Amino acid sequence: MTKKTLILTVIIAALGALAITALLVNIFERKSEARNPFYRVVALNDTISDPAVWGKNFPMQFDDYRRTVDQVRTHFGGSEAVPRTPTGADPRSVVAQSKLEADPRLKTMWAGYAFSKDFREERGHAYMLIDQLYTERQKVVKQPGTCINCHASTYVAMKQLGNGDLFAGFAKINHMPYFEARKYVQHPVACIDCHDPSTMQLRVTRPAFILGLRALKKDPNYDPNSMATRQEMRAFVCGQCHVEYYFQGPEKTLVFPWANGLHADDILAYYDQVKQNDWTHAETGAGVLKAQHPEFEMWNQGIHARSGVACADCHMPYKREGALKISDHHVRSPLLNINRACQTCHRWPEEELKARVDMIQTRTFEMRNTAMDALMALIADIKTAQTGGAPPEQLASARNFQRRAQFLLDFVEAENSTGFHAPQEAARVLTLSIDASRKGEMVLRPMVTKPLPPS
Amino acid sequence: MRLTLIVAGVLIGVVLGIGGYTFIYAKGYSYLTNNPAACANCHVMDGYYASWQKGPHHIVAVCNDCHTPHNVFGKYAVKASNGFRHSFYFTSGRYPDTILITPGSARVTENACRSCHGEITSAIEPHGGRISCIRCHAEVGHL
Repeated sequence: MTKKTLILTVIIAALGALAITALLVNIFERKSEARNPFYRVVALNDTISDPAVWGKNFPMQFDDYRRTVDQVRTHFGGSEAVPRTPTGADPRSVVAQSKLEADPRLKTMWAGYAFSKDFREERGHAYMLIDQLYTERQKVVKQPGTCINCHASTYVAMKQLGNGDLFAGFAKINHMPYFEARKYVQHPVACIDCHDPSTMQLRVTRPAFILGLRALKKDPNYDPNSMATRQEMRAFVCGQCHVEYYFQGPEKTLVFPWANGLHADDILAYYDQVKQNDWTHAETGAGVLKAQHPEFEMWNQGIHARSGVACADCHMPYKREGALKISDHHVRSPLLNINRACQTCHRWPEEELKARVDMIQTRTFEMRNTAMDALMALIADIKTAQTGGAPPEQLASARNFQRRAQFLLDFVEAENSTGFHAPQEAARVLTLSIDASRKGEMVLRPMVTKPLPPS
Repeated sequence: MRLTLIVAGVLIGVVLGIGGYTFIYAKGYSYLTNNPAACANCHVMDGYYASWQKGPHHIVAVCNDCHTPHNVFGKYAVKASNGFRHSFYFTSGRYPDTILITPGSARVTENACRSCHGEITSAIEPHGGRISCIRCHAEVGHL
């Protein structure tokens, strides 16, 4: 054995030992991961709304939660970071793209309403409070405290304002002006809004949602927190805010209009019954309605809801951190997370799944554009008829069709899935909208055919 | 000269020793068996193992019955190639949360279905083509 061979042997043996030891340590680490350590660092209770405190016990969930600052576009949704120069009144240096600029027809649809002044693509949960604080809409109208219900972590504030009674605190917040209510809240939606601090079980904390469900189920004693299944709760916590609503009466009470059902036309019928107008259309004088992000209602009409798939299954899918299985608290579009969100059930390549969604959304968007053009034609016709001195009863009827057409269209437009949550329902609602625009125009047209002579 | 041999011997011995310990610590021997628990040595398989235990086939088939060919040579060849690939990805950590079957492994499971249920499948198979059994029976083994 020469010296050279010896050195070579030493080197090979050393490399071998190194590789095997590295593998050994790696196996050790993987085995330790599997032991699911949980360290209780702080004692949580029902008065802590600061998510950073909860995050000390649940660092992985908190880490994901903080990622909702990300701004990522998808084909039809998602926000894009648009830089802006901060001013004294609005210190934001980044906002989302304006939807009014993307489709100026929206300004006509919402003429006379604050939404025609500033309407941007929604950003992630992290921005809900500051984006509401600085929207131009705040400058156009005096907003009530009701708005804060879904733009901040309000549970602790409502409990304190109501001296322990959540519903009393809810009423108080609704009656305040927005900027007074703003003083009682510090954080965007936080852990305590969906979780019980002692058990971490999901729970509903928004009185408007509980009252809405009671109206829907026609059961004044229904309590989701004790009567709903675990899987129902995985949609209910999101349905506390991702729903259609209105401000009832001078008290500005937040109400979810579900007494007739969750379909767009059920909700419209409810608004007709209670004679609710959100505003008077500036160009036609019609008493009209604004639909607001009815994701919960639309999802309820779709195949995923029917198959028992909840919001959290796709928007907060399970993920692995080491050997721990946790819900991804980075709430976002499933299209940005197809492997976890879709492929758990749909064993098809990512590109195929994305193409399926895109097909649904492209078709819905085309229908939405057709309905929008029809509405624009109706609004133009009403304006012409007004100046041409059309009979009041004809105008009233046409305006009522405008109210129908634009609420139904807005229901799909404002819903943040471009039809995906329930493709056929979205199509049905849009055909109803187009039909209302058509009927509205018919009312204003002179007779084009004479009645048939008796045969 | 003798000293050199001793040094070389010690070095090789150390490598063998650490290697042997690693093999035992990682339960390397368990992979030669038919025990389904061996597949869940790595926590990646926990969910699949748990849902197999609750699935309809757990009384009649273990992992190897569906995921390896029904002959000794094929069985250990598939065990070796899957074992290498799984260890590589698990060690490097580069794998998706929802793992998808490879085309080769899918062929193995398809053949396994037909090996036991041949009488039924041959009767319903269309002419000139095969439909994947798990296209419809996706949950027979595990979720």
